[in-house]
Amino acid sequence: MNRLISYEKKDTFIHGLSGFSKLVFFIIWCIVSAMTFDTRVLVVMLLFGAFIYIASGTKWRQVSSIFKAVMFFMTVNLICIFFFAPYQGCEIYGTRHDLVHLFGNYSITCEQLFYELNVLIKYFTVIPAVFIFLVTTDPSELAASINGVGVPYSISYSVAIALRYIPDIQDEFRRIKNAQEARGIEMSIKAPLVERIKRIASIIFPLLFSTMERIDVVSNAMELRGFGKKKTRTWYSRKKLVAADILVIAGVIVFAFVALFITYCDGNRFYNPFI
Amino acid sequence: MNSKFGIREVVAMGIGTALFVVLTNIQVPIVIVPNTALQPRMAVMAFLAAAFGPIVGGVIGLLGHALGDALFYGSVWWSWVFPEAVVGIAIGLFKNKYAVREGGFNSGKTIVLFNVTQVVANAIAWILVAPVLDILVYAEPANKVFAQGAFAFLGNIIIIGILGTLLLVGYSKIAGKSSDLSAED
Repeated sequence: MNRLISYEKKDTFIHGLSGFSKLVFFIIWCIVSAMTFDTRVLVVMLLFGAFIYIASGTKWRQVSSIFKAVMFFMTVNLICIFFFAPYQGCEIYGTRHDLVHLFGNYSITCEQLFYELNVLIKYFTVIPAVFIFLVTTDPSELAASINGVGVPYSISYSVAIALRYIPDIQDEFRRIKNAQEARGIEMSIKAPLVERIKRIASIIFPLLFSTMERIDVVSNAMELRGFGKKKTRTWYSRKKLVAADILVIAGVIVFAFVALFITYCDGNRFYNPFI
Repeated sequence: MNSKFGIREVVAMGIGTALFVVLTNIQVPIVIVPNTALQPRMAVMAFLAAAFGPIVGGVIGLLGHALGDALFYGSVWWSWVFPEAVVGIAIGLFKNKYAVREGGFNSGKTIVLFNVTQVVANAIAWILVAPVLDILVYAEPANKVFAQGAFAFLGNIIIIGILGTLLLVGYSKIAGKSSDLSAED
C-alpha cells in the first residue's frame, strides 16, 4: 500500500499559521482554480503554488511518488481528450491553426495544444494547495478549523476521527490481507473479474464487520464521556488568529477578486491568444 | 442534537470515512477508459449509507472522496467528489426500510428496493452530475466525459449490486434479531 501524505512538524511561516486561515485559503484557492480558465491567472497561480511549496520546506521525496502518479493520470487524460475531441480547442477559441496532420480526421492544432496545456496547468494549481494544507496542518487542529468556518462540531469531530483511524484501519486491512493470503487466497491481477471481486470480498467482509464493531466501541466510549451534550465546544489545539493570519485571509480574498475580474472582464473565462 | 443524529452517527461518519479512504486504491480496472474502475469502496459506502442514513452516506462520499484523492494523489478532482455524495445521500434515504442494524435486510423486497435506489442514484450522479460538473469546471469535451460517466455508472452499479447487496445480507444475518420478536397473545 502506498505511503500516504501526512503531517510533518516543522518550523516555517506556513506551519505557524492557524489551521483556520489555511483552510480559508485552500477553499478560496480551489474555487478560483475551478472558475478560471484564463492562462495568465493559471500561470500566476502555478508560480505562487511553487513558491509556497518551497516556503513550506517540503522535501522532494515526500511528493515524488505522488507527482509521478499524477503525471501518469494527466497524460492518459490529455491523450483521451485528444482522441474524443481533437478540435475542442478550436471550438473554444474560434480559430484553427493546423500543425501536423496525423490520420483520418485527426490533426494537431495550436488551439488544441493550448487548451490541453490549460487543462494541465489548471489541475496542477490545486496540488500545492491541497498538499501544503495536509502537510502543514496538525490533524487535530484541522477539526478545530473546520468548526471555525461554520461546520457543526459533530461533523468536524468526525473529520478528526477519520484522520485518527486511517492508520488503524490500514493496519487492520494489511492483517486481514496477510491472513487470507496465508489461507491460500491469492491477490494477483491475473484472475478473471468475478474471481477477483470474490477475493476482494474476502478482505472486505471481515474488515467492514470489524469496523462496525469499532464504531460501537468508540461511540459507547464517547457517550460515557458526555459527547454532544452542549451546543458548542472548545478545542484544545485551536490556534488564535494573529496578524499573519489576517494578512493571509485578506490576501487570498483580494487575489480571488482580481483573478476573477481579469478572467471575466473580456466576457468569457478563456484567455484567447489567437485573435 | 436530536436522537436521530446521535453519537453513533458521528462516529460512523468518521470511521466510515477512514475505511473509505483506506480502500481508495483497492480497485479493479475494467476497461481501457482512463480513470474508471470497479471500486469496492463504493459498496462499503452504500452499506454504511443504508445502515446509518443519508447524512452519514453523504458525508462519507464527500469527505472520503476528497480526503482519499488528497492523501493518495495530492489533488482533488472536485467534479467527481460531489456525485459521490449524491449516491450516499440517495441510498441513505431509505435507511428505515432496510433496518440493517436490526437484522432487517433479508427479504427480497429490501434487496430490490436497495438495488433500484442505487441504480437510480448512480444514474443521476454519474450520467448527469459528474459530466455536467466536468464540463462546467474543466471545460472537457462532452463526449469524453459522458463516456467516462457511463463507465463509472456501470462499474458502480455492478460493484454495489453484487458486493453491496452481499455485505448487507451478510451483516443482517449476524446483526441483532430484534425484528424477530412478536407480541404474545
